Amino acid sequence: MATINQSNIRNFCIIAHIDHGKSTLADRIIEKTGLLTSREMQDQVLDNMELERERGITIKSQAVRTIYKAQNGEEYIFNLIDTPGHVDFNYEVSRSLAACDGAVLVVDAAQGIEAQTLANVYLALDHDLEVFPVINKIDLPSAQPERVIEEIEDVIGLEAKDAPLISAKNGINIEEVLEQIVRKIPSPGGSPFNPLQALIFDSIYDSYKGVIVFFRVMEGCVRKGTRVRMMATGASFEVVEVGYFGAGQFIPCEELSAGMVGYLTASIKNVKDTRVGDTVTDADRPCDSPLPGYKKVNPMVYCGLYPADGAKYPDLRDALEKLQLNDASLFYEPETSVALGFGFRCGFLGLLHLEIIQERLEREYNLDLVTTAPGVVYRVHKLNGEMIELTNPSNLPDPAVIDYMEEPIVSAEIMVTTEFIGPIMELCQERRGRYLGMEYMEATRALLRYELPLNEIIYDFFDALKSRSRGYASFDYEIKGYERSELVKLDILVNREEVDALSFIVYGGSAYERGRKMCEKLKEEIPRHLFEIPIQAAVGGKIIARETVKAMRKDVLAKCYGGDITRKKKLLEKQKEGKKRMRQIGNVEIPQKAFMSVLKLDDRK
Amino acid sequence: MRQETLSPAAAPKGPLGLYIHIPFCRRKCLYCDFLSAPAAQGTIERYLRALDAQLLWEAANCKGYEVGTIFFGGGTPSLLEPQQVAGVLERIRDCYRLSKDAEITLESNPGTLTEEKLEGYRQAGVNRLSIGLQSVFDAELKALGRIHDYGTFLENYRSARQAGFSNINVDLMSALPGQTLSGWMDTLRRVAELLPEHISAYSLIIEEGTPFWDLYGQDRRPRDASVPPLPGEEEERRMYEQTRELLHEYGYVRYEISNYARPGFACRHNVGYWTRRPYLGIGLGSASLMDNVRWKVTEDLDEYLNCFAPDTAGPEGVKALLRQEEQVLTKAEQMEEFLFLGLRQSAGIFVGDFRRQFGTGLREVYGSVTARLEEQGLLVFYEDGRRMKLTERGIDVSNYVFSQFLLEE
Repeated sequence: MATINQSNIRNFCIIAHIDHGKSTLADRIIEKTGLLTSREMQDQVLDNMELERERGITIKSQAVRTIYKAQNGEEYIFNLIDTPGHVDFNYEVSRSLAACDGAVLVVDAAQGIEAQTLANVYLALDHDLEVFPVINKIDLPSAQPERVIEEIEDVIGLEAKDAPLISAKNGINIEEVLEQIVRKIPSPGGSPFNPLQALIFDSIYDSYKGVIVFFRVMEGCVRKGTRVRMMATGASFEVVEVGYFGAGQFIPCEELSAGMVGYLTASIKNVKDTRVGDTVTDADRPCDSPLPGYKKVNPMVYCGLYPADGAKYPDLRDALEKLQLNDASLFYEPETSVALGFGFRCGFLGLLHLEIIQERLEREYNLDLVTTAPGVVYRVHKLNGEMIELTNPSNLPDPAVIDYMEEPIVSAEIMVTTEFIGPIMELCQERRGRYLGMEYMEATRALLRYELPLNEIIYDFFDALKSRSRGYASFDYEIKGYERSELVKLDILVNREEVDALSFIVYGGSAYERGRKMCEKLKEEIPRHLFEIPIQAAVGGKIIARETVKAMRKDVLAKCYGGDITRKKKLLEKQKEGKKRMRQIGNVEIPQKAFMSVLKLDDRK
Repeated sequence: MRQETLSPAAAPKGPLGLYIHIPFCRRKCLYCDFLSAPAAQGTIERYLRALDAQLLWEAANCKGYEVGTIFFGGGTPSLLEPQQVAGVLERIRDCYRLSKDAEITLESNPGTLTEEKLEGYRQAGVNRLSIGLQSVFDAELKALGRIHDYGTFLENYRSARQAGFSNINVDLMSALPGQTLSGWMDTLRRVAELLPEHISAYSLIIEEGTPFWDLYGQDRRPRDASVPPLPGEEEERRMYEQTRELLHEYGYVRYEISNYARPGFACRHNVGYWTRRPYLGIGLGSASLMDNVRWKVTEDLDEYLNCFAPDTAGPEGVKALLRQEEQVLTKAEQMEEFLFLGLRQSAGIFVGDFRRQFGTGLREVYGSVTARLEEQGLLVFYEDGRRMKLTERGIDVSNYVFSQFLLEE
């Protein structure tokens, strides 16, 4: 290692739209650089978690170090830093990019540029990364590399004439990518003799070593025994171990100096102390200022998570605690619902983040969950000048003391083929979008710009977008800020009792429509009882919609024949079993899935 | 070899009920999901030999019991010739202790009965005849896939009286395709005027795996316009309510959800089921309860026919076929059954019986459940709290009520 100097290091990432082949290319690079034999390769080395592999997306960024012997005879250290591929994790992406000096842009030879491609390229260029394109899936019958090269040059303005034409899947032309990494991506700057300044781009929790911090050294060096300080959180630790990333394993080393990427452990108990984007410095010889760009990420989407079986509450708490060790952006606090009992109000970066956490809780921790309708953070301005950030609709103050409310707005970019511009504009209109403009990317594709309320896109906007464009539209957004809006709390009354877990905040103009659909949906979900059950939607105490679940007229087994009691008992047991999955509200039993049904109200697709 | 009595809470051994299953019929009715099918040539004879062998095999397990009731059910037991029925009864008299006043019922269907057969059954010892009439309207009978018409029934009924049957049940069925309330009342009235001792009035249930299921399905809606609709829920419940009122006028008392009898003529065999008295099933697919163990006989006809053949697996093989789904009832299960079976009876249960059988009071185990059901108007205590029964509304939704009595494991 000592034989390799700073000018032979290449820190880079791969950016791409979902499914354009980022992970596959990463695998090939690792394979070709020879640190691993083909046999050692798991299919996709970088995607560690089972869930990631199934969903085909990268949740947590990770890194791998490999050694490449270039055609010029020299050996280069490649630090490949993986980035999450979803808008929910935009901030994580930006920190991963900040740890790199260059980026390989993968574009699908058949599909060309997508909204996310653009968003990621701009993000990379914002971080002054050297970006060069690679055209992937060149062996597909529908591949049109010339068209894509032209598009990259026209739309992004990147030189693409000598872009490697590759197939990551079939290992075609990977050598050329490696050579271009050496040629086009600059070596890292910085001096090992300056005070330590390192950027945290990720951290994970290990039950033996504590938090393992992933970082890039910008200046100075760090070794075992260095007393380090996290500049934003102020936490200090003595380094126990430093090292770099083998494929799927941590390899300890003496020290990490300017330009290098690696990890450290320091008996850190909680990832909260090692925020992504924070600067690690030497406590005894600190640098002047932290690296720019740190921000504390705030959850954007909140929902209630309740154990289906109330007795599992402690299990859910433990599971959330464990997940949070690894995921500082996951927020939770205990809450109580009349309908659902004890649970947690949880905050997420976005709906995908929510779904991932929910799935991990169910799968890895074997919990059965009831999720309430996800909502965004509203700002409630009271007449007395006080402002409340509202994450749970139940906590909305009395309308009489509210001056006005604000909701978060996003700027969205939607890439779509021209034939679907109409339907997509219609969709954005329905979702209270504000049209900002449209640019033609090429003759058949356009980029639509809209401002949309976040609460209109967290449910099913992406699905609606896909179905109205036959899958051709792609979408990216970022939070723009808060805007004043006419918002109301929609309450649902079952048998004249308000069910807190079903309340949600909605735009005043959509309240009637949403209320009506909620009532219809709940009518389907709530089984008939011994008595008639009115289901009502109300805004501010005024009923705006109503449905009725008729009373159960009969439920009787006329015959009980020949002494076959077992069969009859099975029938009763089935009935009782169904009851277990119900929640008691007053004297009405509501199936747990009814609480999630609000998520699936859109039938306009 | 039988399990010993399991706990001091076990019910005292009452008179034993013997159920004899005859799984044959002339033709399968369109709604029928019983274990029954037309028999191939010679099958009935082979079946009776297997029955006989099973009777012999089980006799050793019934030493302590006196047989109080025998019930030939089906299928259509009246497909059997009188001497065949006589043969079965003879075997029982030989190997079991048969009570002198045993109730011996034979189920029959019009169209399989003749004067001679009826006399023969009576002479063989059958003292209670159950006739599956279902409806007095030939169109309805045809729609059900029955093989007989009303005229045939009348003839058979009179012959049965002539043969000396003084305890006759007639099976009727409400909620038939296209049936109206007034049509059902006609059926009831015309049958009640014949004054049979017992009437069973079931509502038609659309069972999965029957032709009716294909016609109506789970939602009970006709699959196409040519199929007559089933009466709606409201109509059906009115049929049920008025059944009780009308039969009451004719002197019948409803003693179980679907069973009506003139005083003193409740079916003792069936009452045994509701009160959890021991019973032994003989024949294909029949169920048993003895010493708080439940089991069933195999439902595979070939297996049953060959059960005692010399080349079967020996004593263990026989046992495997005759003791299927064997289940030793826990105390909790016994309590559940006590309630969901006992409450099928109109008079309900004696609260004190619960403590006698289980050593704990009903209220200690089910206090909150009964209180809630009482409040919902589904259950009442009467005779100064000594008895408990379903209300009329409770009967309507009895499955719901019964499911409340299931205990957590």
